[in-house]
This record gives sequence, structure tokens and C-alpha cells, in this order.
Amino acid sequence: MESADLHFQRKVRWHPLEIVFWLCTLLPFLVTPNYLSLASQIAITALFALSLDLILGYAGIVSLGHAAFFGVGAYTAGLLAKHYWSEPLTGLVLAALAAGLVGYATSHIIVRFRHLALIMLTMGFGLLLHEAANSASGLTGGADGLQGFKVPAVLGFRFDMFGRSAYAYSLAVLFVCFLVARRIVHSPFGLALRGIRENALRMPAIGAPSRAHLRKAYTIAAVIAGIAGALLTQTTSTVSLETLSFGRSADVLVILILGGAGRLYGGLIGAIIYMVARDQFSGLNPQYWYFWIGLLLVTVVMFLPNGILGGFARFFPRKT
Amino acid sequence: MVAQDIALELPRGARHALIGPNGAGKTTLMNLMTGMLAPDSGQIFLDGSQITREKPDDRVKMGLARTFQINTLFPQLSALESVTLAVLEREGNAHNWWRGLPRFGAAIDEAQGILDSLKIPSKKETRELPYGQQRLLEIALALATRPKVLLLDEPAAGVPKDESAALFDAIDGLSRDLTILFIEHDMEVVFRFASRIIVMVGGRILVQGPPDEIARDERVREVYLGKARLAA
Repeated sequence: MESADLHFQRKVRWHPLEIVFWLCTLLPFLVTPNYLSLASQIAITALFALSLDLILGYAGIVSLGHAAFFGVGAYTAGLLAKHYWSEPLTGLVLAALAAGLVGYATSHIIVRFRHLALIMLTMGFGLLLHEAANSASGLTGGADGLQGFKVPAVLGFRFDMFGRSAYAYSLAVLFVCFLVARRIVHSPFGLALRGIRENALRMPAIGAPSRAHLRKAYTIAAVIAGIAGALLTQTTSTVSLETLSFGRSADVLVILILGGAGRLYGGLIGAIIYMVARDQFSGLNPQYWYFWIGLLLVTVVMFLPNGILGGFARFFPRKT
Repeated sequence: MVAQDIALELPRGARHALIGPNGAGKTTLMNLMTGMLAPDSGQIFLDGSQITREKPDDRVKMGLARTFQINTLFPQLSALESVTLAVLEREGNAHNWWRGLPRFGAAIDEAQGILDSLKIPSKKETRELPYGQQRLLEIALALATRPKVLLLDEPAAGVPKDESAALFDAIDGLSRDLTILFIEHDMEVVFRFASRIIVMVGGRILVQGPPDEIARDERVREVYLGKARLAA
């Protein structure tokens, strides 16, 4: 009979497949050196999906406006690099702070609603920010986006045209944020979030301040999304209005559902599949590549309701 | 559903049964007491302090816990995770996001102890537990909050009669310091456990008193016809 403490330790411990996964993220340096900028985009998208997983997969908050925080982070890092200084790490911190503030402010409204109203609210906030950035063209460059700045290097490594440093930087930030997210989901707070997802009605009856938990989760997710946005700005030296778009919010939701929500790795796997598929399909036929994404989404949702990773887990069950 | 003109006092350690026909407002009364519904008027006190405006989770922290008539559990958490969560919330540790769960060994052990005392398997996911054990887990979750007052809404609802004995043995084994109010339809159970019975009809308290008095009450007999006569 396994002891009570072991029941929890088993879930916290690193699975060998996790180590394999992270070692594989180093492969692009060796195997596909010409695709390092794509790899960097994937790492950034994976980080964005990871942030959504914290609220959707763990706390059960469905958001169709998560790009709001990605965009706030992207513009914060861009404006900072353009007008003040170009050191990227402080840029990340300030972008995280700005996105976290917006997340905390909106969380007070978000946590009061559920279901359809919640989806509409998150979407509404996303649209509001998008149009605000569009009309404030003096600050944001409007539809033309923000350009004319360059982030030269991080910790002495120069951003080169092959994207080597860009990928190394994005991957390192992704990994650090992943460690934080992993710690969160295996903490008491992470357990409370799962409790809210499993039964929001029961939580107050065991003395849980659900709304306070949700506000915190929403703010943390906003912070990580902001970091992802800032990474995109710094590695591409532009900020486009698209960072705030509804399309980006919808894409990240698709990515997370494809990969499997509530498993941390779902967003990562989903981002790899989605971005590589987009790269390949749009090479074949640039206009109709959403057809294939649509087909993939329908197939996965029909046959693997817990996403690709959920289907995978059925074949490799953890010992219980 | 309505409940009105309710005047009710639960002395410490008492075991009250709340009975009445369907739609009498029994669950509504529990929802009012626990703050899941807000009363239009009136006051609620716990241990001498007014709780009428406290939020449901704050009332739980003050020592007022409940269970639900329809299982209101965490299907994909194990029983141990569920009860550990309740313990962590009580300790004020559930906000902690920087330390791993295995480092809260005392909370985990306490949860395991509660589950052991009710003979609930702790490692299985809640949704995999037999129905009767899920009913027990309802009680385990409430106990983990260390209540002073425990409200049980039909604890044996849906449990076959031959299995409900274990459930009521468990309830019977609870600390005598614990004040209990339970809703129950089975008069045999009511008269076995209750030190006092409250009869609700049409949202009002019809009568309350010790079991023998209730058993003799003409109005109650009218409401319950055969059932109460049998039990008496």
C-alpha cells in the first residue's frame, strides 16, 4: 500500500518522457539549423499556449481574448525598445508587469461570470484593446505596427539572421516559465484551481475563496502571456496589430485543444504541430491552409476529446 | 421555494432532524444558513456572532459546514486530493503556489486520517468510487473543515437501505461536541438519531420538540399519516 504522501510525490516527480521532450527541444540547433526562426516562433507560441492552459486547463476559464495580454506585452516591450532602452531582460520584466496589471484589473470582472457570458466578456475585452491600439496610432503605429527599433543582444549574445540566439533565448524563457507553471500546478494553489474546475459549487462549501483564487490564476496567466508577447517583439524587432487580434486568441485556443488542455505539455505539443503544419500547408497552398487545420481540429476533437496528449496518455498510462 | 418565520436554535452538541414533505423548504433553510441564499429579512448567529452577511466560504471558516443532497464532489480528484484541499483551505495554505504539495505532509496525513476513519479508499478518483462511498466523501469533505455545526442534507439519499447502516454508523461515530442538523426522510433513522425534531411544512416550522413529543403530535401525524404512526 502506497503511503499518502507518495500519492502526491508521484505526480510531482519528473517523468522520463519529460526529460526526453526537453532534450528534443535542442534538436533544431543540430538538425534543422535553417528553421531556427520557425523554432523560435514555436517556442513563443508554446509559451502563450502554456499561459492559457493555466486558466483553461486548470481553472476552467474559457477565454477567447487571451491575445489581449500577449499584445500588451508585445507593445510594452516594443515601446520600451523604441523610446528608452533595448536591454531585453528588463523588457520582459516590464512587459510581464504591464500585462499582469491589465490581467489583474480585468480579473475582477471575469471571475464573476461563467460559461457563455465569460467567453463573450473575454472576447469583448480583446476586441476593445485591439481597436484601442488601432486608433492610438500615435503611440502604437496603428495598422502599420511598431517598427524602427532593434534589440541587439541578450546577455552578450547577438541576435543574428539565422535565429540561433533568438531560438536559444525564446527556449530558455519558455523553459523557465514552464518550471514556474509546473511548480504552480503541483502546489496547493494548483490543487485549488483543479477543485474550481471540477466543481465550482463545492469550493465555497469547503471554505475556499474561489474568486480570489481565480483572480490570481488569471493574473499569472496574463503575466506569462505578456512575456510571450514581449519575446515575439524582441526576436522579430516589430510589433504588429495582429498580436492583439481575435485571430491570435482563437489560434491559441485551437492549439491548446489540439494538444490537450490541463496537462502543461498540451500547449507545447499543440504549438509544435500547429506551427509546423501551418508552415508546411501554407507552403503547399497559401490560401487554404486553414482547411487542413480545420480538418485536424475536427478529427482530434471527435476521436481524442482530451487532445493529442490525452490520446497519447491512454497508451502510456502512469503507474497507479 | 420559500422559508419564512423561522425561529430555530441549535444548542451545542445537539442532533436535530429536520423533516417535512417535499417542497417544505428544508434545503432552502440550509442554503439560507450557509449563505448560498441571502435572506430577505432575519438574522443568523453562530456561536453568538452574527453571520447573516458573511460569504459562504467565510461561514465555513467560522465553523459551519454542510453536505449536499446530490453529490457535489470533485469527480477527477482523488478522495485524498479532495480532502487534502479542504484541509489546506482551512489552514489558509491553499493560496500557496510556490511549494510542492508533498511538503504539506501534515495536511495530507490529516486528510488520510479522516478518510480512514470513514473507510473511504483514498487513492481512487472520486468518480470511480461506489455511490455509497461518494456519500461518505461528502461528509469527509465537511469534516475536514473542522466544523462546530454540521448540516447534513439527506446524507443517505439514494443509498439502498441495506447499505445506509454503514453511513449512519459513521454519522453516529462523530464527535459529541459537534452540533448536527440533518434532513432525512426515513423516520426510523430520524427517531434513532435525533435528540430533537423540527417539522417544516410549506416553508414554515410546524412544530419542534423531542422525538416522543413529535411522535404524539396530531398535526405531524396529519402531515405524515402512516409514517409517523409506524415510528411511534
